[in-house]
Amino acid sequence: MKAILKHRLFWPVVALLALVAINTIARPQFILVTLRDGELYGALIDILRNSAPLMLVALGMTIVIATRGIDLSVGAIMAVSGAVALTIIDGSSDPGNLGTVLVALVVAVAVSLVLGVWNGFLVAVVGIQPIIATLVLMLAGRGVALLITEGFITTVNSPPYEFIATGYLVALPVAFLIWVAAVAVIALTERRTALGVLTEAVGINPEASRLAGVRARGIVFGAYVLSGFLAGIAGIIYSSNIRAADANAAGLFIELYAILAVVLGGTSLMGGKFTIAGTVIGVLTIQTLEATILFLGVPSAQSPVFFAIVVIVVVLVQSPRLHRWARGALASAGARRGADAGSRAGVSS
Amino acid sequence: MTRSLETTRPTTAPSRYATFMSRHASLMPTFAAVAILVVLLVGAQARFPRFLSPGNISALLLDNAYLVVLAVGLTFVILTGGIDLSVGSVMAFTGILGASLLAQGIPAVIAVPVMLITGAVIGLLIGILVQYFDVQPFIASLAALFLARGLAFVVSLASIRVEDPAVLWLQRTRFTVAGWYITPTGIIALLAVAIAFFVLLWTRFGRTVYGIGGNEQSARLMGLNVARTKIVVYVISGVCGGLAGLLLTAYSGAGYPRNGIGTELDAIAAVVIGGTLLTGGTGYVLGSLVGVLVYATIKKLISFMGAEQSWTQIIVGALLLVFIVVQRVIVARSQRRR
Repeated sequence: MKAILKHRLFWPVVALLALVAINTIARPQFILVTLRDGELYGALIDILRNSAPLMLVALGMTIVIATRGIDLSVGAIMAVSGAVALTIIDGSSDPGNLGTVLVALVVAVAVSLVLGVWNGFLVAVVGIQPIIATLVLMLAGRGVALLITEGFITTVNSPPYEFIATGYLVALPVAFLIWVAAVAVIALTERRTALGVLTEAVGINPEASRLAGVRARGIVFGAYVLSGFLAGIAGIIYSSNIRAADANAAGLFIELYAILAVVLGGTSLMGGKFTIAGTVIGVLTIQTLEATILFLGVPSAQSPVFFAIVVIVVVLVQSPRLHRWARGALASAGARRGADAGSRAGVSS
Repeated sequence: MTRSLETTRPTTAPSRYATFMSRHASLMPTFAAVAILVVLLVGAQARFPRFLSPGNISALLLDNAYLVVLAVGLTFVILTGGIDLSVGSVMAFTGILGASLLAQGIPAVIAVPVMLITGAVIGLLIGILVQYFDVQPFIASLAALFLARGLAFVVSLASIRVEDPAVLWLQRTRFTVAGWYITPTGIIALLAVAIAFFVLLWTRFGRTVYGIGGNEQSARLMGLNVARTKIVVYVISGVCGGLAGLLLTAYSGAGYPRNGIGTELDAIAAVVIGGTLLTGGTGYVLGSLVGVLVYATIKKLISFMGAEQSWTQIIVGALLLVFIVVQRVIVARSQRRR
């Protein structure tokens, strides 16, 4: 029991379950999942499906944060990747052709890989602070996306492309399967090989791990490439979902939500130890919270207030000073009890 | 070990140029920003003969008065080695709050202080989180960004027109001298720069700000009041956010909850281009003014050329990169010297 309470994922899981419970009490159909024409439907399924872009971005962010970095450019990379994919499909004579869509996907992912390499180069090779290095692409990236779409919101009608976000495979949404696959691949490579340990070593002390023979530069570089790659896929899913490439709105603020998800999951922003399961729970919590806020009838524009409160509560709970206070209060209570016991003992003797 | 051997320098006397460079290394990025501004202006004038007309230059400042004020507040924060992502949202929130108060018939004498105090309170919240709860400035100001943006939409989902004569006076009054003109909003922005310049250079508080940015541990050991100063810089940034909200409301004649999405990045870019090191400790508030003017000139130039607005973002991003690399080189050199 104590082991469960002490587990680092205990509080994130409790928060998520509490949110689901509150929703279920407020409207019992929330928990209901129905099978229609061999496809699952329901509020929970929607949350799993809609999590895809944020989940992919947050996964990359987890690894980047583990190396003591941060990637602000993910939203811009999403915008670029969506713009590239839809521009290729829009420009072809047959938007519905599977081959065209595949070419578009490959090119879009390749472009986002290049952007990830660019970030990795600035951080790992040139040695610029991550927040600043990625700020460059955050600013310029949307400009590039606007340039690609020529300032318009490119819309397409391409069934194979729309399948990515709205399609179903074995009764489950494709978007959900994509993020599950990504989580599985990353969790396995990080946890079943030494890569995860090396990443944490680099995050805890880059210099020491370099002296210990860890190829710190390569690991940091790889983290940004991975983040760019996943953001590219997220951009494809986003644009597939709205059937349009919107250079201004795609991935807006997603870097902030991704960081929030990582923090909610219990990964420290100071680098080092990271938890992929925590990030998954963090993302699901954010999506559930968003669904809850929507259900409460709060205009979605006002929802940032709730997220701000959540962030503040989470950082306060994680704050060392508050822990010290709590421990101090417990200790002094314990001491008082001890002193009481002592004085009583003194009286009796 | 090997590094110290590599950097052993020849013992010949350095040239006067080298002495100057090493003494004033921290001024170099700001000089570079001024040089870029001059090149931009001269280039623009060569291409468009009417670019350097007094009216156009005046407009350059007045259209960006709000950004100047935000950059001034942010300079304080960045000098201590922190960051404030909330400035754009605070501007939007105080702007819509002020517009809403004025629309309810509350006089400007009350509404304007309320705007400034609201900004200060949000800054105080960030400062307390950073100083007393060891929250990273990035995350604390991120929470404030969400909070202020959400609250802006709580006040109103739509734009609110401002009819108050006192607020509109700020923008409509024009003091004209030989084709140059300035409005009270422009004067407020320049005053903010002047006050910040004075405070940073000639007060104990200003020195403490630089001291914390240089090395917080040393500043604390020197007996400087680190805790109070760190909180105050966020309050200053918040007040500047409130002031920018006022200026933008006066400028556009309305409060709008979507104002200034992404402005925090423009302001950070302006401060960095102006030569303030993001690691803290080095920089000048006049540099931030130059940074805003560089940014404004690029925007204007691009609109003159009739090019896509997207180029503004790309060029600002590229410029930011250039300055970061310049700063990186300077920091690397000064560390080697130590």
